Amino acid sequence: MTDTIYALATAYGQAGIAVVRVSGPGAFVSLDKLVDVRPTARMATLKTLTNPNNDTVIDEAVVLTFPGPNSYTGEDVVEYHIHGGTAVRESLFAALTMMDGHRMAEAGEFTRRAFENGRMDLTQAEAVADLIHAETEAQKQQALSQMGGALSDLYQGWAERLVRALAYAEAQIDFSEEDLPDEEVKSHIHPVLQSIAAEIKDHLNDGNRGEILRDGIKIAVIGAPNAGKSSLVNALAKRDVAIVSDMAGTTRDVLEVHLNIGGYPVTLYDTAGLRPEQLSNTDAQHTIEAEGIKRALQKAQEADFKILLFDGTEAELHPQTLALADNRSLIVVNKMDVLNKDRLPRESGDPGQQSLDPRSSRGRQIYVSTLMGEGLDTLIQTVSRETMTLIDQDRSTPSLTRARHREALEAALEHIQTALNNNLTPDLIAEDIRMAVRYLGRITGRTDVEDLLDIIFRDFCIGK
Amino acid sequence: MQNQYDVIVVGGGHAGCEAAAASARMSAKTALVTHKKETIGVMSCNPAIGGLGKGHLVREIDALDGIMGRVADQAGIQFRMLNASKGAAVRGPRTQADRKLYREAMQREIFNTPNLTVIEGGVDDLIVEGNTVQGIIIADGAAIYAPAVVITTGTFLRGMIHRGTEQTPAGRVGEQPAVKLGERLESLGLPMGRLKTGTPARLDGRTINWDILEAQEADTNPVPFSTMTAAITVPQIACHMTYTNIETHKIIQENKHFSAVYSGAISGSGPRYCPSIEDKVTRFADKDRHQIFLEPEGLDDHTVYPNGISTSLPAHVQDAIFKTIPGLEDVKIIEYGYAIEYDYVDPRALKNTLELKALNGLYLAGQINGTTGYEEAAAQGLMAGLNAARHVSREMMTLDRAEAYIGVLIDDLITRGAPEPYRMFTSRAEYRLLLRSDNADQRLTDKGIAWGCVGNARRTQWEAKKAALNVAREMVQSLKATPNELESHGIIVNKDGKRRTVSEILCYPNVTWNDLVNIWPQLGDIADDIAEQVQIDAQYAGYIDRQMADIEAYRKDENLSIPASIDYKQIGSLSSEVVQKLEAARPETLGAAGRIPGVTPAAVIALLRHVKKKDAA
Repeated sequence: MTDTIYALATAYGQAGIAVVRVSGPGAFVSLDKLVDVRPTARMATLKTLTNPNNDTVIDEAVVLTFPGPNSYTGEDVVEYHIHGGTAVRESLFAALTMMDGHRMAEAGEFTRRAFENGRMDLTQAEAVADLIHAETEAQKQQALSQMGGALSDLYQGWAERLVRALAYAEAQIDFSEEDLPDEEVKSHIHPVLQSIAAEIKDHLNDGNRGEILRDGIKIAVIGAPNAGKSSLVNALAKRDVAIVSDMAGTTRDVLEVHLNIGGYPVTLYDTAGLRPEQLSNTDAQHTIEAEGIKRALQKAQEADFKILLFDGTEAELHPQTLALADNRSLIVVNKMDVLNKDRLPRESGDPGQQSLDPRSSRGRQIYVSTLMGEGLDTLIQTVSRETMTLIDQDRSTPSLTRARHREALEAALEHIQTALNNNLTPDLIAEDIRMAVRYLGRITGRTDVEDLLDIIFRDFCIGK
Repeated sequence: MQNQYDVIVVGGGHAGCEAAAASARMSAKTALVTHKKETIGVMSCNPAIGGLGKGHLVREIDALDGIMGRVADQAGIQFRMLNASKGAAVRGPRTQADRKLYREAMQREIFNTPNLTVIEGGVDDLIVEGNTVQGIIIADGAAIYAPAVVITTGTFLRGMIHRGTEQTPAGRVGEQPAVKLGERLESLGLPMGRLKTGTPARLDGRTINWDILEAQEADTNPVPFSTMTAAITVPQIACHMTYTNIETHKIIQENKHFSAVYSGAISGSGPRYCPSIEDKVTRFADKDRHQIFLEPEGLDDHTVYPNGISTSLPAHVQDAIFKTIPGLEDVKIIEYGYAIEYDYVDPRALKNTLELKALNGLYLAGQINGTTGYEEAAAQGLMAGLNAARHVSREMMTLDRAEAYIGVLIDDLITRGAPEPYRMFTSRAEYRLLLRSDNADQRLTDKGIAWGCVGNARRTQWEAKKAALNVAREMVQSLKATPNELESHGIIVNKDGKRRTVSEILCYPNVTWNDLVNIWPQLGDIADDIAEQVQIDAQYAGYIDRQMADIEAYRKDENLSIPASIDYKQIGSLSSEVVQKLEAARPETLGAAGRIPGVTPAAVIALLRHVKKKDAA
């Protein structure tokens, strides 16, 4: 018999209400022992919970029942909305533990059961994890759309069309002696593969917007020592518009700050200052500072976007920083409260000895004073606009959200392109289409699911 | 004891002959019991052996020293390699067979097989003690005993021939059905059903206007089925083609209600891939013609088999149909077409050795398991015969899906059942690139030697070939040339200074084996069949590596056995539909469970967790 599992569905700690969820064949059995009369299905009902072992009252709780299969897991599910706090929770757990076949759920087990019972496919299960972790509105929208099956519909649609093309390819092989309409059969293979390949390519070629949104937009703040990088990051973090999340952490040499800018998740990286002498001096490569610079440069490379920060009081723009300018960077000049504007390049002027790409940061210089708090609103608006462009929310098709999906799609695309190669014999063409179908199946969990499951469910917190 | 054998095979068709021969090769004292000695090796339906998927099966039977390939080589009158240009993996050897030559060659094989006795008689009953079979009772009341009985009764189990509204109990035209045995099997509580198949009229070739018809010649160089056949010596002939037309279809539509299928007289399901002409006309109403192959039944036989127009319409409608078909306007019909309905046992009741799960010692092979086709029947006969011969010692001989089409066939039957008559196709084999008709011996003969079913002659021949293959494979891996050296011989590759092996160079399009013999004369010493193998190796190299990785994963699942005592209802998360499907097949492994249609990957995971938990407990 399958175990009945229970866990806290809400976060641990003090709170007004805590929800304990029980799922499995014994969920209603234990409920019957805790309450006098089982409430109507799907009706929130106030009940007194009594521990049947010692007749002590556990709590006054709102109880909700969801008979399977129309429940989250597909099994019988009971939700106990109890008063928050450790004592109540622990006494309910103590009562549940004593029930036949009841045990604490493992991480992700509720969702795993939902998947096993056919309540959702893999992309939807992943979406549940994303939804729990979603910090901003845009992330939530993406996860909700995926949970609704937008991604699996897209991938399943390709897989179904490919399976159909494969069937035609197989017909040419297994029924070559039959009087098949060759031209018609061919029209269902090659052109279909070409159009699916184009669609997958288009989907892949989205500038990683879905993944960026899921993981947060990474913005590196780069500049010479004392350009005011840390001051800028701190100033941004203190603005009301940029809410600092509680997930901030530090690395040894790169400080991270998590912000919500205009509904988008943003991670700002405060990096070590770039010193010209350190950059050129190979003897100093092993110093801690050199290591910090190395990491700063690496961060600059990994970031989705860069803020190149300059000290406006310097005679010219710091060349090592300017060298990093490209179409995903923004030039910000600090200390505008004391700077001599005449000495600085204008929007139309030559920004320095560096000639910039036409689509680069030219024309996007922003002047701020971290000390006086001037120009920060403009900066935030610009960053928010840039972020929107990166994520391109207006696209009607759902976005790729995970590297796992991207890898599988790339592999599927490669096989489709091989199948389109004219030099192959029909047996190999069919094999390549079959592989493409399999890779698409891996995303939605139609094949090879067992290897993936452990990884996917590991991402879940307990209770969901 | 005179009436005591190690193995009794009931039936002398393609499954029965192969089963009896296999059992006898394993040195088991074997009895083949059939109604009439003269009908051993008779081809009841179309006079052809092999084809796509089916040709693969024949090669595999041959690799295990079975007899079908050798017999077909002595009877083939139009050898053709199907899909010759579509890739080595899907090439299917096929031949038209001269019925008489085939029957005679098969009877020579059977009558000259040591350890094999042919007994004439119908089988009326099984001797069953508890859940163990002990022998059979033949029509004269005599008992014959054996610990293993292989039943290969084809379409004879309660066979009923339908032609229009006329119904005749028969196993084949003019031959008595096996009614009592059918009743007996049913009384054992086996899950049984009805299937149907059809056959077209037989025509008198002397009344066909051949001159106006399109001809299809045999291959110039006929390739034998058996590696033991040096060359095909039977004269090769052409087949001809004609087509139905709108006039034909009109007659069929007007008379459809007379057809046994459409009148509702037949309840059994027929194969979708081999429909009757009335089915074709109804289901593909927009098609204005259907192809008919006119296949001669023998070199000195004027009977012609019109392949593609099987029917259960009444005789007078069949007459009218042929009058509309070009070349057949004045044709004389020798025997009218008919549909035949027969009992079969749901093959999900079988183990992968083809022994019934519920009845110790009773093996089933061929059409009784829901298949169609001589090759599918013979393949099962072979495996049932081998296992029956080792029934007492329980030494199980099985092939999996990655080893042979035979493995695919049996696994499909026992996990999926046969909701319609089962026929082999190359697309049923997921490891198709590996399971080629050209490498059946490389895949199976060593295994056959280990099992003990391969005779000395084949063993010697195979071991010599294996040695030659090893030499050639070593040569194509060790001989290398630089891009400049290759260029001097007219082969252009990337000038990266990398030395390429023969096998790497073979992957380039437009490079022929002869080009390479020009560079390395020692390659000229390699025999043609061996050279072909190393070329195929090179062409499929990347794909084969990947399939090997897939096979590893597949075998991992196959090694997870599901306890026979499992109660699927105990796995709470399985839907009742899935439980029902698992109950019907009771798969032996987790892999097999996953191949049952309707059993979702999620259900397989739940099953795996349940089994593992049980293991741990």
